[in-house]
Amino acid sequence: MRRVALPRLGTAAAWRNAARGCLAASIPPEDLVWSYDGADGDLFSALAEPAPMEGTVSVPKSFVPLAETVCWHEDPERFARLYAFLWRLRGHPALMADRGDAGLARLREMEKAVRRDIHKMRAFLRFREIDGLGARRRFAAWFEPTHHIAEPNAPFFARRFGDMDWVIQTPDLQVTFTEGEIAFGPGAAKPPLPEDATEALWSTYFRNIFNPARLKVKAMQAEMPKKYWKNMPEAAAIPELIAGAAARARAMQEAAPTLAPARAARIKERLPMPGLLPDDAPEADTLDALRVEAQGCTRCPLYRDATQVVMGEGPPDAPLMVVGEQPGDQEDLAGRPFVGPAGQLFDQIAEEAGLDRSRAYVTNAVKHFKFTPRGKRRIHQKPDAGEVAACRWWVEAERELLRPKLILAMGATAAASVTGQGAGIMKRRGTFEQTEDGTPVLLTLHPSYLLRVPNEAAKAAATRDFRADLELAAARIAELA
Amino acid sequence: MSRCSTLVPIPAPLYILKMGKHDLRQKLAILSDAAKYDASCASSGTAKRSSRDGSGIGSTEGSGICHAYAPDGRCISLLKILMTNFCIYDCAYCVNRVSSNIERARFTPDEIVTLTLEFYRRNYIEGLFLSSGIIRSPDATMADMVQVVRTLRETHNFRGYIHLKTIPDADPLLIEEAGKHADRLSMNVELPTDASVKQYAPEKDPATIRKAMAKVRLSKEAAGEKSHSGKRPARFAPAGQSTQMIIGADASTDATILGQSTRLYSSYKLKRVYYSAFSPIPDATAALPLIRPPLEREHRLYQADWLLRFYGFGLEEITGATKDGNLDLQIDPKLAWALANRHHFPLDVNRAPREMLLRVPGFGVKSVDRIVATRRHRSLRYEDLTRMGANLKKARAFVTVRGWTPGALTDSADLRARFAPPPEQLALF
Repeated sequence: MRRVALPRLGTAAAWRNAARGCLAASIPPEDLVWSYDGADGDLFSALAEPAPMEGTVSVPKSFVPLAETVCWHEDPERFARLYAFLWRLRGHPALMADRGDAGLARLREMEKAVRRDIHKMRAFLRFREIDGLGARRRFAAWFEPTHHIAEPNAPFFARRFGDMDWVIQTPDLQVTFTEGEIAFGPGAAKPPLPEDATEALWSTYFRNIFNPARLKVKAMQAEMPKKYWKNMPEAAAIPELIAGAAARARAMQEAAPTLAPARAARIKERLPMPGLLPDDAPEADTLDALRVEAQGCTRCPLYRDATQVVMGEGPPDAPLMVVGEQPGDQEDLAGRPFVGPAGQLFDQIAEEAGLDRSRAYVTNAVKHFKFTPRGKRRIHQKPDAGEVAACRWWVEAERELLRPKLILAMGATAAASVTGQGAGIMKRRGTFEQTEDGTPVLLTLHPSYLLRVPNEAAKAAATRDFRADLELAAARIAELA
Repeated sequence: MSRCSTLVPIPAPLYILKMGKHDLRQKLAILSDAAKYDASCASSGTAKRSSRDGSGIGSTEGSGICHAYAPDGRCISLLKILMTNFCIYDCAYCVNRVSSNIERARFTPDEIVTLTLEFYRRNYIEGLFLSSGIIRSPDATMADMVQVVRTLRETHNFRGYIHLKTIPDADPLLIEEAGKHADRLSMNVELPTDASVKQYAPEKDPATIRKAMAKVRLSKEAAGEKSHSGKRPARFAPAGQSTQMIIGADASTDATILGQSTRLYSSYKLKRVYYSAFSPIPDATAALPLIRPPLEREHRLYQADWLLRFYGFGLEEITGATKDGNLDLQIDPKLAWALANRHHFPLDVNRAPREMLLRVPGFGVKSVDRIVATRRHRSLRYEDLTRMGANLKKARAFVTVRGWTPGALTDSADLRARFAPPPEQLALF
């Protein structure tokens, strides 16, 4: 028989050293007796030989935090249980991942109980202010944990209440925090603590945040068991709140509606309603006015899911009007066209092609983002013919106000919107067509196509074509100027 | 261009008629009573902070703490109060609407700061959840709220959690500053459809709310990117943004509600959509019937929301198992799906892929992960599943495992009846 006497402070570290020593010396669990905090007396220590307290063994990594936590459990068998499992773990590290193993399941249960107790102490401990020793304010609390958790929990309170001094008294340990130093003292019975006026305010809050129409007593008690109530100032209000809840809820339902106070009408008179344009709003005769008018567009159902209408952007006398497909995720959020990945690619290639981006008006064939939600992302959907047709009204209004010398239509959707024909864009790119009113239209690929082409060679070719088209556009603009 | 920025400022005296007659305790009573209809109490998932060096007060470390529970079963984690319950808006469902005769009060910024710090020092709370009625104008109200959080952070070095209810119509610069101090920002979409918002909250504009949520997402993403010099910009709302929808005030179906949440999650990267069962309020308007709050429906919506986000279910799969677009109130949505799709079952627990195990009623994410980890080493028996935390009362009809086969149970006609509670007499309230 060997004995291991574990101290009250630093229990987990001491258990770890002893377990290491015993395992290295191959001492089986049945030959070991564990004692805690001198509990077994002198007679016993005289009989058994102390166990070795050091050695080297290797255990699965996940065993270490498990053992550390279980050591704080109140079960007197905890040290033996841990060692018995550790003994089985030799040569079978996979046991650690076996959630069906009864021995491990019990340890995990104990671990969970300790963690819960640690959490509940952080939650339900209540400080009262007491006289300070110096410049720092000083607080004290009484708490009765189920397990030996006051010591491992001390650093949490030190991190949280760093600029004050405090004392936490528990039946088996005292924790003090003075001028930033943690210290431990002996356990004691509940000390008298001075009244704290803030408790009345807190109780007021507790009474008033409760909604009597949603009484769920079981849900409350599952999370805040009665054993904690006696040390929580707000808990005194609970019986009365429960008893009065049904009557309060019924009174709210039965109360007849009252007349609005006189000031309500005065206030409401001065509030403009959203979504209404002022009666004297001017005709949309500038691009800015058009942008305002478009905000309320419901010509097709896309407005329901999108964030906002994204109208075109650029100088009102731009010689070039660039038309893309529709705003994407980023454009929808920012409310501006061509700011997402495809827009950035367009900017970059336009610069390489000598196309003056600051002199172009950029817009889209469809002004709302069409997508399907998938988890945390939005997947782009191609707008259908009906949506393109509905939005053409805006594209044409933009074109009429802008009167560009050239339109650059990028991709099939833009081609459909501007020329009425979307098919065959790969064959038509690099060629000039015209709108109904005779404005020349240069067709090209959509930059997002360049981002999607799977193989490198095809991508390079598409990028080359796109750049050539932008160069062509730049040349034509120079000619027409 | 926000049309609401043209709000006419209303002279303050109109609102402060009765000011000054309440003491701090009375104000706290009025302004916490007015705040309880916001469901959120989360205080988790923010940046790690500590005051161990003694230079301030407070800490945040990943998981939040519920410091108390009210008899309504809700967690009390934050001091959830309104700055004022005066409001110039007239939202039918809201206790604070302008046309209500409830008692009004207003905190000074200093009072809020003091309450937060004194409650925090006594370990009552994780921090502050500050919301407000709209007074004078959205900008003026938001500016006052920002001043409170700035004082907490900069004057008092408060490192606890702050949730700020953001006013969508407010100046973007104010929202930008709010995000620098607050852990979480939230804006309520209020009701599941634009039409309902127009009907019941006539002064609110759903488009403005969406634009503001979009801006918060962009600001948060910009704060996550390093600049060209490699410097990290200031943090912006590290615990993200959330929203709330009131359930049962309008006629929207669960399918509509979940469709809206799916869109909100994907569009604005929301951390949470809260569903709040419409519940009786003091001095209610005649425009809305005061019903018993649909708590069961609220619960089913949360379950469906979890299935959509963590269990790989698609929206159509969940709402497709219903007849009228509403979730079955008697059984949970996963069980409803499984009963309607029995051809997938029973599943062999020792072989089925993880994504199918997640669809077994009674198996949660944790138990599925334990099953997958353990079956790498040995094959599982029925007793193992109990120890892994599975709810076998539900799961047994849908799985086979060593020592158990459901036989004809999976396809039995009365399977649903085994789970649905027996009809009960309607309660009077």
